[in-house]
Amino acid sequence: MAGTIYKKPILFAVVVTVAILIGTAVMMVFPMLTPQMHPKLQNLKPYTALQLAGRDVYQEEGCFYCHTQTVRPLKAEVMRYGEYSKAGEFAYDQPFLWGSKRTGPDIARVGGKYTDKWHYKHFNDPRKLFQGSNMPSYGWLADRQVDAKATEARMKALGFPYTKEEIETLSDKTKLDALVAYMQSLGHAVPRKPRPPMIAKGDMNPLAGDMNAVAEGKKIYEMNCAACHGVDAKGDIGPDLTDKEWLYVVGTIGDDTIFFTIADGTKKDMEFEGRRAKGGMPSWGEFFGKKKIWSLVTYIRSIEEKE
Amino acid sequence: MAEDTSYEWKPVKGFALSGLFWGAVSVLIGLIISIQLWKPELNIAPFLTYGKLRAVHVNGLAFGFAVAEIFALSYYMVQRLTRVPLLFPKLAMVQLYIFNAAIVAAAVSLLAGMTQSKEYAELEWPLDIGVVILWVMFAVNIFGTIIKRKEEQMYISLWYLIATVVAVAVLYIVNNLAIPVGLFKSYSIFAGVNDANIEWWYGHNAVGFVFTTPILAMFYYFLPKSTGMPIYSHRLSIIAFWSLVFAYLWTGAHHLVYTPLPDWIQTVGIAFTMFMIAPSWGSVVNGYYTVAPDWSQMKTNYLTKFFILGITFYGLQTIQGPTQGLRVVSQLIHYTDWVPGHVHMGTMGWVAMTVGASMYYVIPKVYNTEIYSVKLANTHFWFVLIGQLIFSITMWILGIQQGAMWKAISPEDGSLSYTFMESVVNNYPYWKLRTVGGLLFFIGLCMFAYNIVMTVLQAKKTPAPAGQGR
Repeated sequence: MAGTIYKKPILFAVVVTVAILIGTAVMMVFPMLTPQMHPKLQNLKPYTALQLAGRDVYQEEGCFYCHTQTVRPLKAEVMRYGEYSKAGEFAYDQPFLWGSKRTGPDIARVGGKYTDKWHYKHFNDPRKLFQGSNMPSYGWLADRQVDAKATEARMKALGFPYTKEEIETLSDKTKLDALVAYMQSLGHAVPRKPRPPMIAKGDMNPLAGDMNAVAEGKKIYEMNCAACHGVDAKGDIGPDLTDKEWLYVVGTIGDDTIFFTIADGTKKDMEFEGRRAKGGMPSWGEFFGKKKIWSLVTYIRSIEEKE
Repeated sequence: MAEDTSYEWKPVKGFALSGLFWGAVSVLIGLIISIQLWKPELNIAPFLTYGKLRAVHVNGLAFGFAVAEIFALSYYMVQRLTRVPLLFPKLAMVQLYIFNAAIVAAAVSLLAGMTQSKEYAELEWPLDIGVVILWVMFAVNIFGTIIKRKEEQMYISLWYLIATVVAVAVLYIVNNLAIPVGLFKSYSIFAGVNDANIEWWYGHNAVGFVFTTPILAMFYYFLPKSTGMPIYSHRLSIIAFWSLVFAYLWTGAHHLVYTPLPDWIQTVGIAFTMFMIAPSWGSVVNGYYTVAPDWSQMKTNYLTKFFILGITFYGLQTIQGPTQGLRVVSQLIHYTDWVPGHVHMGTMGWVAMTVGASMYYVIPKVYNTEIYSVKLANTHFWFVLIGQLIFSITMWILGIQQGAMWKAISPEDGSLSYTFMESVVNNYPYWKLRTVGGLLFFIGLCMFAYNIVMTVLQAKKTPAPAGQGR
């Protein structure tokens, strides 16, 4: 009996079909029918028209070939990128854009990490911010208008809520505006967890004046901070670090405050020694650790204008 | 060779040469994007950036090259194995024209940024419909010819062809279901985690039923044909076939290890991936033992060399792949350059060698001549072999380095040892070396194309007497 199947092509094809459908049923169809494949976090919002237009640009330009959008629950990965990705963050993603290769970094948690200004500058010329970057420049997207009518049709097709005014404002947006808006929306459904402070208020810099720490701090600065504060630290996207102004007020601040701004970043109207931050500084605490941050503080102290 | 005249070789020739052309173009694009990675100024917006060209490279090779050669060589094998001419030769010629038009349209649309953003399923919905129509035409001819066959028993290659026809149809249609918004844009009907699961159920099996089963069909047919030695074990091929076809569909989730996909799906996927070593090596062992009675053919018969190296890379690929699926390995090498190293061993090693050798066998047969130059074919062999080894080995070394840099934590204060940019800067020498490997491979491919074209031209000039050897 078993041998005759090789003489009966139709029967053979039917048996093959059944064989492939068993795995399909268990691994693909069955999960689809269960709620575990359709979770939605409470904070998750559908894309706005501008964000969706940006997501379309992200798709068109094939960004997902080089950037992933899923942080794995691994220690180093959570330190580098932030909280690991949750199933309920992607309910509005049709298609999902997790990607499969990190030629560039993961961007699942990039929303809110940098200012819009940073993104425009970076898209315009990635090598201005990171010398060794191999990302293509996307400044030309600023010369392309968002197609408001097409975006409206797409919002409708996906069933996302929108207002007439929202669509109207699209007509003077560029594809770059849309892409930046999409970047800033990434990861919004998972709140950033506050982390216990890495040092106590009033702690002194254990590396103050240490020449090795100055050299180490300079290296870290050039690699990570020069992009926004300038190679000479005279300021660019971020403020001047050499002048007498600290957090927009003339007069010095404590080493511990510099440590906190580096470790935790700033949000608009955060208070440091009675000064108000404008926001935009990313947090580097997990990334650098205590010693590197103190080295940076030592370096910054070494270049600050003396009285 | 009087019976040859009754066979329909026109579609075989058409698809074989079309595929060769699209293959050469797509490999050249691969070479260009490999340079773009270390020379970003070569990205020329808006059409010639990495993000656009990578899609053209992959789709050009999967659809333009692999699928064309699958059509060509299947139409050859099915006629020989059934001993009847192709049932609908005109349909096959219409299919050939539509196919080439579709490839042009696919390339243009991808350069214009029309993409569903699903790997191996980038093409937008109108082209998806085109692909389905082409596949139905293929299925009609394959099944029709098999049903009309004069040879009662279906040989192993026909099993693999039937599995290919059925599985690709199911996979392609389901994964491409989308909500169209106008002619050039659509959104997947699936969302988030579920969409990811379906995409990799499809994606891994696109590899399985485009780059594996039809290539195995070629291997099982053309290896005995070109060596003159029968397949070692029919029973082993039966076991390998059914276990491969059954298990393949369970494995896609190994692409999603440590993502938010439910753990049980990941674990079952990994387990079946490990199991896949057995059927894969069933074919590898069968291939080796087939040639075992006369290993001297590795020296004397260039086709044997291609087939045996091809199946060797298939064997290595199917050990490496399951290993990568394991969580402990995945956490290190997933998302790194190791993965393109792995993929290209399969495509540049297993697929390119097996398809190349099959074409070296078929083209002289259907044009009724001898191969233009065996010497050139031998040189082609060494160029693609060395090119591929340079490519894969540099990417494996680099992938491990990247993975290690990304997870390195300073023992001093528990901070991350490297910034992402430091890992990017570390890539450049390896990426350059990869381009060298790609260049060697491309030169080998040009020799291959030249050899095939010269064989065709030589046949047109002076039809050789029938009865050529291997």
